Amino acid sequence: MKHWWIWLIAALLPLAFSGQAQALTGEEVMKKSQAAFLYPGKDFKARVVMKLINKDGQERVREMTMLRKNMGEAGGEQKYFMYFFQPSDVKDMTFMIYKYPARDDDRWMFIPAINMVKRIAAQDKRSSFVGSDFTYEDVSGRDIEDDSHAVEREEKVGDRDCYVVRSTPKGSDADFGHKITWVDKTSFLPLKEEQYDKKNIRYKQFSADEIAEVKGIPTVVRRTMKNLQTGHRSEVAYLKTDYDLGMEDSLFSERFLRQPPRKWVD
Amino acid sequence: MPRSAALYFVVLLAPLTAWAEVTLSGFVQQNTAFNTVAANPDNRHYKWLEERAQIKLDATEGAWRLLAKGDFAYDHLGRNDQSELREGYVDYAASNWDLRVGRQIITWGLGDLVFVNDFFPKDYEALFAGRPLEYLKRGVDAVKLGAYPEFANFELVLAPDFQESRIPDANRFRLYDPMPTVTNRETVKPGQGDAGLRAYRDIAGYDAALYLYRGFQRTPSMRPDNMTAPARITYFYPGLSTYGASLSGRAGAGVLSLEAAYYDSREDRAGNDFAVPNSQTRLLAGYQIQPAEDTSLGLQYYAEHMHDYGAHLAALPAGFPADKRWSHTVTARLTQFFLHQTLRFSAYASHNAGNGDHFVNPELRYSFTDRWWGAVGANLFGGKPWGQFGQLAHDDNLYLQARYEF
Repeated sequence: MKHWWIWLIAALLPLAFSGQAQALTGEEVMKKSQAAFLYPGKDFKARVVMKLINKDGQERVREMTMLRKNMGEAGGEQKYFMYFFQPSDVKDMTFMIYKYPARDDDRWMFIPAINMVKRIAAQDKRSSFVGSDFTYEDVSGRDIEDDSHAVEREEKVGDRDCYVVRSTPKGSDADFGHKITWVDKTSFLPLKEEQYDKKNIRYKQFSADEIAEVKGIPTVVRRTMKNLQTGHRSEVAYLKTDYDLGMEDSLFSERFLRQPPRKWVD
Repeated sequence: MPRSAALYFVVLLAPLTAWAEVTLSGFVQQNTAFNTVAANPDNRHYKWLEERAQIKLDATEGAWRLLAKGDFAYDHLGRNDQSELREGYVDYAASNWDLRVGRQIITWGLGDLVFVNDFFPKDYEALFAGRPLEYLKRGVDAVKLGAYPEFANFELVLAPDFQESRIPDANRFRLYDPMPTVTNRETVKPGQGDAGLRAYRDIAGYDAALYLYRGFQRTPSMRPDNMTAPARITYFYPGLSTYGASLSGRAGAGVLSLEAAYYDSREDRAGNDFAVPNSQTRLLAGYQIQPAEDTSLGLQYYAEHMHDYGAHLAALPAGFPADKRWSHTVTARLTQFFLHQTLRFSAYASHNAGNGDHFVNPELRYSFTDRWWGAVGANLFGGKPWGQFGQLAHDDNLYLQARYEF
């Protein structure tokens, strides 16, 4: 048995490879998570009902249809179209975003009161989305490259095995210190996220409250973002969720901002 | 009008509900504006005092849509004709063209209360009397044809009848009048309609558009029958053609808007009829940024250039104020949201460098619930007595708006 060590290596090789496959880096986990959470399907449609609830329990409702189309691979360019039903003073308002990786979005708004389409400045992706506790980034994603990611540990959320990833902004201009995300090892959906401010105090908490399979794609259909410092929270339900409806590029245009087609916004 | 409008609604609605997807909505509103400097020319203390209800009917079936917005208003200051059909049109949408027929509100161009390529009628009285922003625009009875081939988008608007902009009522606002003693006055409206065309497309990430208009000035000019001993003044709307363009897109951290137009004053190309506005070039540059969360700041520079200035000066009768060859205006708007975007502060200010004409409009608006909102604001004017805002220097007002939407 001159070459016994070759046999030993051969026997151990599959183990080594599977070990490598399991040991995803933080960045790989977050990339897969972004693909599962924000990029599934070629396109996506949902009726979004968002409840803004203050610490005294007073509720305000924001309701819209959200359409999303991927222009390429996960992590790449996307187009969003939103049509507002509620509150009544913004009914019929529409909103369009062209989202680009690693540069500012293009955003347009249609104001029905004066029948005007306005392009709007959008350098701050961390600002609140329609007054909720979600930021634009929470809705449409944050560039993976903006943070460094490390898998800290693995633990269960409920009965789901998760990677626990710590993401720290690379630049100094971010408004938060770091965030911890619990990513489901099977679906790669984020089940929980905690955001910490620069003084290392936890101030925002995200939870995926209900996950449903839509056309075979695990989808977060109920979620909550809570501001732990103010007690304000936003609960979001995605209704009538669907994928791969064959949305054309032309839907994301000024024409349809002004006259949203009923078939897409009901 | 209100009774017949209500009847129309009922008659329309019954068969519609069986045929199409119909939604009904609307609001009731109270709107008050009171003087803070001096009483009106008619000695009243209010610029505006009314209750208003709007019913909106929206019906869709396949490629067809019907929209009707009817206002029923009760004015406490003696006007009996404030009820109106704000909009009422039928849409047909095909895959690469569409058609809208009826009364519709159209806004083109990029300006914030500065109009370069927005040829459509405004209601300046609504703006100056503290009414909600949507009343700034008046509907036009028109056919709008949209065509969307691959290479560009087109909108053609044909209006068979001319609709003028509404200027402030001389009973409620102090308007500059070079011949106050002449009381015999008449208004002659153009006997024909107008047409506008807009072509737009994306060019390298910028929104680019071209605009053409052939019609009339929306605000009237005045012509006395005799310069030395005038007995009668005729208000009329001089012919106007315009050729314009606009561009907007991201530049640095904000959004840059550029707009230009040539105003061809067809009835006086030489510029020597003092009653008809000179041909003009209008230029606008705007920049909007978001300096902090829930804050937006918009700045504009706007210039008007008279083409036949020498002829204008030579033809101007004694006692009439002379305009400048170039008019430079800067505007700023700050908008700040608070309390999860339920409280909004906004302030708009406009200043003309040549004649000191200025207008300031601060406003605070709060949504008490998802259905109730209220706003309090002020309109402050100043400048030379013949300036657009200067003539209103004693018409400063404080306004309140309260609306319940359903």
